Amino acid sequence: MKGPLSYLQPGRNTKVSDQSETMSFIPGQPVTAVVQRIEIRKLRQGEHLILGFSIGGGIDQDPGQNPFSEDKSDKGIYVTRVTPEGPAEVAGLMMGDKVMQVNGWDMTMVTHDQARKRLTKKNEDVVRLLVTRKSLEQAVKHSMM
Amino acid sequence: MDTESTYSGYSYYSGRSRGSHRHGERSRDHHKSRSKDGSRSEKSVTINAPPAEPLLGDSSVLGEEVQDDNWGETTTAVTGTSEHSLSQEDIVRITKDLEDSVGLDCRRYFTLTLAVVLGLLVFLTPLAFLALPHLLWPDKLLVCGTACEGLFISVAFKLLILLLAVWALFFRAPRAGLPRVFVFRALLAVLVLLFVVSYWLFYGVRILDSQDENYQGIVQYAVSLVDALLFIHYLAIVLLELRQLQPAFSVCVTRSTDGETRHYNLGQLSIQRAALAIIENYYRDFSVHNPALLTASKSRAAKHLAGLKVYNVDGEFPATPATGPGNNAATGVAHSQSRAMIAAAARRRDTSHNELYYEEAEHERRVRKRKARLVVAVEEAFTHIKRMQEEEQKKAPGDVMDPREAAQAIFPSMARSLQKYLRTTRQQHCHSMESIQQHLAFCITNNMTPKAFLESYLTPGPTLQYGRERWLARQWTLVSEASVTSGLKEGAIFLLKCIDFSLVVTAKRIPYIQLSEEFIDPKSHKFVLRLQSETSV
Repeated sequence: MKGPLSYLQPGRNTKVSDQSETMSFIPGQPVTAVVQRIEIRKLRQGEHLILGFSIGGGIDQDPGQNPFSEDKSDKGIYVTRVTPEGPAEVAGLMMGDKVMQVNGWDMTMVTHDQARKRLTKKNEDVVRLLVTRKSLEQAVKHSMM
Repeated sequence: MDTESTYSGYSYYSGRSRGSHRHGERSRDHHKSRSKDGSRSEKSVTINAPPAEPLLGDSSVLGEEVQDDNWGETTTAVTGTSEHSLSQEDIVRITKDLEDSVGLDCRRYFTLTLAVVLGLLVFLTPLAFLALPHLLWPDKLLVCGTACEGLFISVAFKLLILLLAVWALFFRAPRAGLPRVFVFRALLAVLVLLFVVSYWLFYGVRILDSQDENYQGIVQYAVSLVDALLFIHYLAIVLLELRQLQPAFSVCVTRSTDGETRHYNLGQLSIQRAALAIIENYYRDFSVHNPALLTASKSRAAKHLAGLKVYNVDGEFPATPATGPGNNAATGVAHSQSRAMIAAAARRRDTSHNELYYEEAEHERRVRKRKARLVVAVEEAFTHIKRMQEEEQKKAPGDVMDPREAAQAIFPSMARSLQKYLRTTRQQHCHSMESIQQHLAFCITNNMTPKAFLESYLTPGPTLQYGRERWLARQWTLVSEASVTSGLKEGAIFLLKCIDFSLVVTAKRIPYIQLSEEFIDPKSHKFVLRLQSETSV
């Protein structure tokens, strides 16, 4: 399992943010966030391919009830549960992460159902997520000092 | 003028000898006055509040009475020291009335006679048109039968309707005397005069000179005159009454002494008519002007000015107030002195705000304490009398009192606390003992509760609530830069000056409202639950 900090090399696969707010956004402006790339290999259970976590959120949902978001108007997709010893936990996904991209597809402005569909495509074995969490930014700050 | 003498002048109104002077009292205003006083601005003219009353006569010799602390305790045989004294304000008032009261009677009677003459002319003209042929050439006239008689009836009824309509519209007691002529009325009078004169002209030339025999034509001519007069009356209604009903301006009226502000909606009026409407609303809406409440701020202002004095240490005095540069130096020195005073006043550590705060808090407490005592005393006093029912009146005719006697009986028990409360709130000059007893008798007669009785003393009421002598607002002067017969405009400002205060009036146009419609189908109100679903992937 690769630790989070090893992915934070500026330039290749991370976007290092110099803003203090990572999760909130200004409509119409590009979003900057410190992200971590997580690659999850799907597990076959019978005829289903499972990833081992649950998602919540979406632009058609009520953002005020999201316990993990800092900004209660954030309608992004959040990880609400991670099954222990599942593929997601093995890959390093943690509860409360906000999913920014799945295989290159944006997850910040999708409905709940669209997000579910992007994650559960039958012809993909591997999903590459870009997730962000608060502790990532603090880690970047510490590493830069 | 120092403030003490002003208020000592007012205190003579609160005397106990009001009863003897009440019927003899005359107030000061008179009909209309065109003051050519040079001290006023160019276009200032006077509006007087009705009714017209003659000169300031015996009221000027009302004595000034010393406020006796125990006036509540004694019931009859009340005496006090009276001196013949006049304050500065009264002298100003007397001189103003003397110069204003002459000469405007004739203006009013002049317009009255003009109106009567015009009215008679208007009414007698159709009758003259009908009667003159019969008088002048009766034998040449063609007999005209039923058609003419029908027309006679219509003329009679139309004249009757015109008479009633003119009575309803024009024969009303005048509300006020306005400074300039009422433009619409003058225009209408001129129109009617021209109209009648032109009809007479035509009649004289075509009918009298040629001695026309066609009597039916003459009668129809007279009927057309009456019809046209009725239409002119319709025009008069529209111009004089209906046009200003639709609100077009919102005026903001502020009293200059204490800043009390009200807003009114007026139609398209001339400035003098708008001023009249505002004054009529003033008497109803604004609380009575109480000069005793302004003393505190005046004394604070005096303290501010007294605190600093400028000393010229360098000794640079301009030698003479000469022209040119000498004068500039003098004004320059004066400017720098006042600027130095302002700067020093800003810098010094002024604790007057502290005093104000504690003084106001203390005053609040005192007022509330006195109010509590007053309420209890009045409630207790009211429990002593009971209304007697009809049957009891026949049974026990002993010691029965009418309302005035009942009021006099229970008044002493509440008098002291009432007097103390009025003193604390500085309203004691607004109410005399007799007016309080009258009010008490009125409340007893109408079965009012003690709270209802007290309401007029706890809060200062509108000016109309008090007797005329307490108004301090009888004679009004309209000060305006625009002509007073011109209409109200957006941003028009004018002043209504009284002797003690003035009302500053600002007019703003009511905005044009663009209202649009949106239809919502009642079936379109649908709701869904807000979701927070969780999906495992």
